[in-house]
Amino acid sequence: MTLFDKFAQLANARQVIEEKCSDFFNIVMGDISSATEAVVNGRKVILAGTNNYLGLTFNKECIRASCLAAEQEGTGTTGSRMANGTFSGHVALEHELSDFFERSQTIIFSTGYVANLAILSTIVGPGEVILLDADCHASIYDGCRLGGAEVIRFRHNDVGDLEKRLQRLAKRNTNVLIVVEGLYSMMGDRAPLADIISLKKKYGAYLVVDEAHSLGVLGKNGRGLAEEAGVEDSVDFVIGTFSKSLGAIGGFCSSNHAELNLIRYASRPYVFTASSSPSTIASTRTALRIMRAKPELKHQLWNNANLLYSRLQGLDLNVGPAASPIIAVRYANVEDALVIWNGLLELGIYVNMVLPPATPDGGALLRCSLSAAHTTAQIEKIGDAFASLTEA
Amino acid sequence: MPKNEEVLQQIVDILKPKVSKDGLEVTAELDLVNDLGLDSLKVMEILEDLEDTFDISIPINILPGIRTVGDLVAEIQKLSDDK
Repeated sequence: MTLFDKFAQLANARQVIEEKCSDFFNIVMGDISSATEAVVNGRKVILAGTNNYLGLTFNKECIRASCLAAEQEGTGTTGSRMANGTFSGHVALEHELSDFFERSQTIIFSTGYVANLAILSTIVGPGEVILLDADCHASIYDGCRLGGAEVIRFRHNDVGDLEKRLQRLAKRNTNVLIVVEGLYSMMGDRAPLADIISLKKKYGAYLVVDEAHSLGVLGKNGRGLAEEAGVEDSVDFVIGTFSKSLGAIGGFCSSNHAELNLIRYASRPYVFTASSSPSTIASTRTALRIMRAKPELKHQLWNNANLLYSRLQGLDLNVGPAASPIIAVRYANVEDALVIWNGLLELGIYVNMVLPPATPDGGALLRCSLSAAHTTAQIEKIGDAFASLTEA
Repeated sequence: MPKNEEVLQQIVDILKPKVSKDGLEVTAELDLVNDLGLDSLKVMEILEDLEDTFDISIPINILPGIRTVGDLVAEIQKLSDDK
């Protein structure tokens, strides 16, 4: 037996897909001309699967800020936040995020993945319990795995199932941390936050809401699902990312618990990685300012989401129950999804294809994510492409 | 608390419809992945069924230590005893 024998099953699965859909493993974005257009494998495509919700990756102010920061402070920090990697921009961004979320503390991280790793592996420990929604992102699972707490799943968005598990834990008299997402990344559905908060209060638990996909998307000020649901005061920790609505890379955690600051000294994923580059911090700060100043971006995003959702719903495609900037079309048969995905690419549309085991029910998803930068004509073209392939 | 044999039988009853290998008799020695051909999604479904059946919550931390049906029986027994 060799070192690589254990990958044989993976290699076989890859080969089966590659034979039917060779482009799937070879998506390379070239000539990226805007937030919504690029060349993929020699073909100009509309990007409809990038999580670039507000379209800020090509915002001129963000780009200028990024270039200026690189010129003034260099290309990288070459160090951890705990050593030489804290620049004035990192501290300023933490303050600006605290101000935005109206919370006293914020820590930023090099990626959203690291934010979940850092917080979830540290904030609870041996003898304590994490209760996470089954459909939580892999970064949440990995953060849980890295720490010492007991990790229990509850059925996706099933408040009754969550309560059953809280009841079972009640007599143990230990700290329980509930973890949910604002918008779930695969299906674009929301957590039933008000009900979850009722349970959190009833059983004396703590609550993390990962607003990665809902920052800039939900809530009057774009603070996410907690703001939309009017329950921000009951959320202990908000986690999020800079790599979606803010168009860069990085992550954060904001809280009113003063002790959040102590995480800096206890969290290995925070301590043992280099901090974000000055250009990343500069563009993120600019994007945050623009997101706050221009609510019309969010409105445009929702107009686009509603338009595509109604087009796809009109085709009798298996989409979720409500419109969202993430619109996932479910296919029970993986091969059907491969054919449509290929067809979309040939018609100049790129969407994400999600295959088992990353899908919630073992089928396949063609996942569209919309952007404020999409034009109405582009949305219509995406809808037309689905129509021609569905009706063919 | 349920006896070991009772737990095994209940687990077998839950596993049977999920196993796609015709005619295979599910016994304690069989490996969930290599012998029964269960993928991670099916394992999670099975855990949810077991949680409902035995009114327990199964921490996912224990999964790396479970390879066989017998390992699962032992863990369910332990979690039921701890209730």
